[in-house]
Amino acid sequence: MRVDGRVVLENLDLEVRRGEVLGVVGASGAGKSVLLRALVGLLRPSSGRITILGEDRAALGAEERRSFDARFGVLFQDGALFSSLSVAQNIQVPLREHLALSDALISELTRLKLAVVGLPVEAALKYPAELSGGMRKRAGLARALALDPELLFLDEPTAGLDPIAAAEFDALIADLKRSMHLTVLMVTHDLDSLAAICDRIAVLVDRRLVVGTLDELLQHPHPWIRSYFAGPRGRAAQRAAG
Amino acid sequence: MTGERGWLRASRQGDRLIFEAGGAWVIGAAASLDRQIRAAGRPDARFARLDLGALTALDTAGAWLLRRLENELSAAGATVERAGLGDAFVPLLEQITESDAAPSLPDTRPPPYRFGDFTARIGKAVIRAGKRGAELLGFLGLVCIVALRTLRRPRRLRFATLVTHMEQTGVDALPIVGLLSFLIGVVFAFQGADQLRRFGAELYTVNLLGIAILRELGVMLAAIIVAGRSGSAFTAQIGTMKVNEEIDAMQVLGLDPIEILVLPRILALLLTLPLIAFYADIMGLLGGALMAWGTLDISIPAFLRQLRSPLPGWTFWIGVLKAPVFAGIIALTGCYEGLRVARSAESVGRLTTRSVVESIFLIIVADALFSIAFSYLGI
Repeated sequence: MRVDGRVVLENLDLEVRRGEVLGVVGASGAGKSVLLRALVGLLRPSSGRITILGEDRAALGAEERRSFDARFGVLFQDGALFSSLSVAQNIQVPLREHLALSDALISELTRLKLAVVGLPVEAALKYPAELSGGMRKRAGLARALALDPELLFLDEPTAGLDPIAAAEFDALIADLKRSMHLTVLMVTHDLDSLAAICDRIAVLVDRRLVVGTLDELLQHPHPWIRSYFAGPRGRAAQRAAG
Repeated sequence: MTGERGWLRASRQGDRLIFEAGGAWVIGAAASLDRQIRAAGRPDARFARLDLGALTALDTAGAWLLRRLENELSAAGATVERAGLGDAFVPLLEQITESDAAPSLPDTRPPPYRFGDFTARIGKAVIRAGKRGAELLGFLGLVCIVALRTLRRPRRLRFATLVTHMEQTGVDALPIVGLLSFLIGVVFAFQGADQLRRFGAELYTVNLLGIAILRELGVMLAAIIVAGRSGSAFTAQIGTMKVNEEIDAMQVLGLDPIEILVLPRILALLLTLPLIAFYADIMGLLGGALMAWGTLDISIPAFLRQLRSPLPGWTFWIGVLKAPVFAGIIALTGCYEGLRVARSAESVGRLTTRSVVESIFLIIVADALFSIAFSYLGI
């Protein structure tokens, strides 16, 4: 994977299992965002293949790609809500774009999604600029979930949230994974969420990925991985998760 | 999307209603399921049973449709029971039931048009425009105070910034201003000659051209192009800084945004716009002269002689005198709207448009005021 002629990622091999929560960690600038953007189809890999839900996105025609894109949801770092639309309209964008539902059903589903992500009904009419960071994330999640995707990509879902809100968000993700049978891939720096909800963790070091459970990674000899997980914050998170 | 499409069958056994649901109850099938539920109707029954054994997939949309059906049945007085729900779907239905406690969305449709709404809108717009005018005047006052303060300590003026802005607003505008003035000169000479030829007064095309371009068009054209190029840039630059909280950072660091951002821009435009207007005059006359030479056989020296003789000496100065005023209007509205940007990218775009429209409007109003004043003075 190259960006502006610089090799950012190479010889990656990553397999996400259905129904798991996979955390991706790495130092700043290691290429986590590039990996995520390549996975959701915003960047084209310079070589190799990305297969999501059994389909190679690059091999699809325009029409197929549209319906394929509806099968996964993405939560961008700051929600990436459309600033000229209210929260309710933001959630309705994918519903109106991809499906021909009645207005009544759309409004009911919007209400439901808001409730599922834990936003009060009053937030529906607000515009993104009027929301707090945590609420923007929840609204972004509601939009990502609008089409009931099978796969969810999260970019730093708990960054910028206070610890209580972050823990609530983690619980929300775990809840949704259980009820909606989601597969989740999250880029995160939050050691607490790694310990609390991730089934496996992929570490980006030296342009490659090291994948394993938290316990396996604790035994890993690579110095960066050692200092990441065995540092004071890493140990505190493990204690908290028991 | 997995397997069979969702379906619903309703049947009746005595006073029992039986709904059989099967297939994939997912959002892709939601529209058709919604219709099937409506079509099944709701004959009142004491008991209703939902047989969910044949469900192959369920997502929130499908779960909501089931839940809604149950709600409607029990609202009609029936006792509802579920049967055969697969274990995998239990948590989802639980979650939907829980979320169903949320109140419904407020109505977002705009109120219907009432008689008088239109006049009310005009009234509101007038009041808002008046308020903005007052604010702009206040901003002018603020800039004046800061300018006077800076005048006492001229060192505080950012000289390098000033030169950069002069380059961006002045030098970089030369090609487009030159081309447009030249073309306007050509068009003017051509049209003027066409009309005046009927009276055999082609030579007076030169006078027409001289007065029109020197007095009005040159400076006007320059001001309008600069408003579009630089006024909008001022709003966008300052507005983006506002979105990034850079203006707040400046204030916290003890820097005055007016002094650092607004003053150099205003000063740069005050200095460059008269020069650009002069350049526009020359290019306009050049276009006119070439056209006169081509179609009227008036040679360039003859054109210059004719241009000089009947024109009052101050014609040119009237035009150039307006330039600093127009420059003040452009820079002031551009910076003012930039500082009004709220913390969203959308407002940058909105206010940039507004700053251009406002400054062009104010330029034309100011030009009209100049005309009135000059005619009183008899110039």
